[in-house]
Amino acid sequence: MQTKLSSPKKDVTIGDDQPTVLIGERINPTGKKKLAEALKAGDLEIVSREALAQVQAGADILDVNVGTFGVDEVALLPKAVRMVMDTVDVPLCLDSSNPEALEAALKVYKGKPLVNSVTGEEHSLKRVLPLIKEYGAVVVGLVQDDEGIPKDAERRVRIAHKIVERVEAAGIPREDLVIDCLAFAIGAEPGSGVAVMEAIRRIKAELGVNMTMGASNVSFGLPDRELLNNAFVVMAVAAGATCLIVDVAKVRPIILAADLVLGRDKRARRYIEAYRLRPKPDRQ
Amino acid sequence: MAKDLVKALSDLKEQEVVKIVEERLKAKEDPLKILEDARKGMEVVGKRFASSEYFIPDLVYSGEILKSVTELVKPKLTKETETKKLGKVVLGTVAGDIHDIGKDIVVFMLDVNGFEVHDLGVDVPPQKFVEKIKETGAPIVGLSGFLTLAFDSMKQTVEAIKAAGLRDKVKVMIGGGQITDEVTRYTSADAYGKDAVAGVALAKKWAGVK
Repeated sequence: MQTKLSSPKKDVTIGDDQPTVLIGERINPTGKKKLAEALKAGDLEIVSREALAQVQAGADILDVNVGTFGVDEVALLPKAVRMVMDTVDVPLCLDSSNPEALEAALKVYKGKPLVNSVTGEEHSLKRVLPLIKEYGAVVVGLVQDDEGIPKDAERRVRIAHKIVERVEAAGIPREDLVIDCLAFAIGAEPGSGVAVMEAIRRIKAELGVNMTMGASNVSFGLPDRELLNNAFVVMAVAAGATCLIVDVAKVRPIILAADLVLGRDKRARRYIEAYRLRPKPDRQ
Repeated sequence: MAKDLVKALSDLKEQEVVKIVEERLKAKEDPLKILEDARKGMEVVGKRFASSEYFIPDLVYSGEILKSVTELVKPKLTKETETKKLGKVVLGTVAGDIHDIGKDIVVFMLDVNGFEVHDLGVDVPPQKFVEKIKETGAPIVGLSGFLTLAFDSMKQTVEAIKAAGLRDKVKVMIGGGQITDEVTRYTSADAYGKDAVAGVALAKKWAGVK
């Protein structure tokens, strides 16, 4: 299954015969004091800098999230989206838990964006899916529902089925849905890694949809975070995740290696090119 | 001997801890002394966690070890010496938010540290907190939330507690990944704990435990 996104100048295709698509996560104030302060002051300069840096690091798509305490997302998200569109040409992922902010951002976006996110919760399905249909966007579906956040693979799979049904019932084609199996801090929730991998495999087999994964959170509360993140993303890709929401500069090298192993990098073009671009002392 | 238990627990040597506790019980030692040592061991764990020497899994493991100590000691406690709970705590993830991982760790750590915890689960409406506080008479309330929209629910919950005439009877702590001093002021909570160790410390302070 192929999921297509676009900006005025670039198209990006997500699919399992494609290299893994990397969505830059860094425009998000959660856990970033400086960015949070800047956003509260309405200062978007740092947003533009982060956008440029991530695209230079190889991001295929950029996530834009301005949600933090003291920020009016409905007003600020479209401004931030405009700012990023003016700075780089990759497609964007409009990210907010507030549907009104998503709608405001959809109004100003040019092209076919990713929208992060809808969940299996009734209020979310009812409010967000009509927006996706109206603006012809692609939506990320988080596998949580009114009963809460799933602990095991079974519930993740069940909620994914529910979201697919509701998406199609709303007149949105299945390829315009990307499921997120929800990764949690493994240090706090020891069984979640196994549950996520099993859920990805089953959802791929049963529903065939593209899948994404926010992957930096898994190492929260643990040392050597990059090591754990790297192990996690490689396994997620091997299980069937086709795009990842990550710190691109840190994760891209290992994903290029994984893509090569999985036959998604013909003649190792991407892998070798990245090697050549690295300054000599950083080569292994 | 006493020192051994403190050290074994703070170094997370589960089998050693169990062995020491069993030996000390066999030697007819006062079970309360054993629990006191265990408490000292947990204090060291808390310090190591605060200084980033220990991590979340270490913390949870220490709680599990403490739990097995309590279970070993329990049958030896007489009615009078039976471990008095430090106090009651009503805790839950506020309305509109369903994140539970952090909350569950706090519940667990409060429980193993001797509090009677009433966990209301996730997406808990303000009125349910009020009812539980009335029912239990708990002097400590914990509001958890990860989403920014949870901050409004926290504020409304504190307001509901106030409207029920209970505000001066309870201390309210909030917690969650994005909580700051500013959020604490916004919600009119009494304090926030940045992690489970801080939450337990607040509860102990408010319960008058040193």
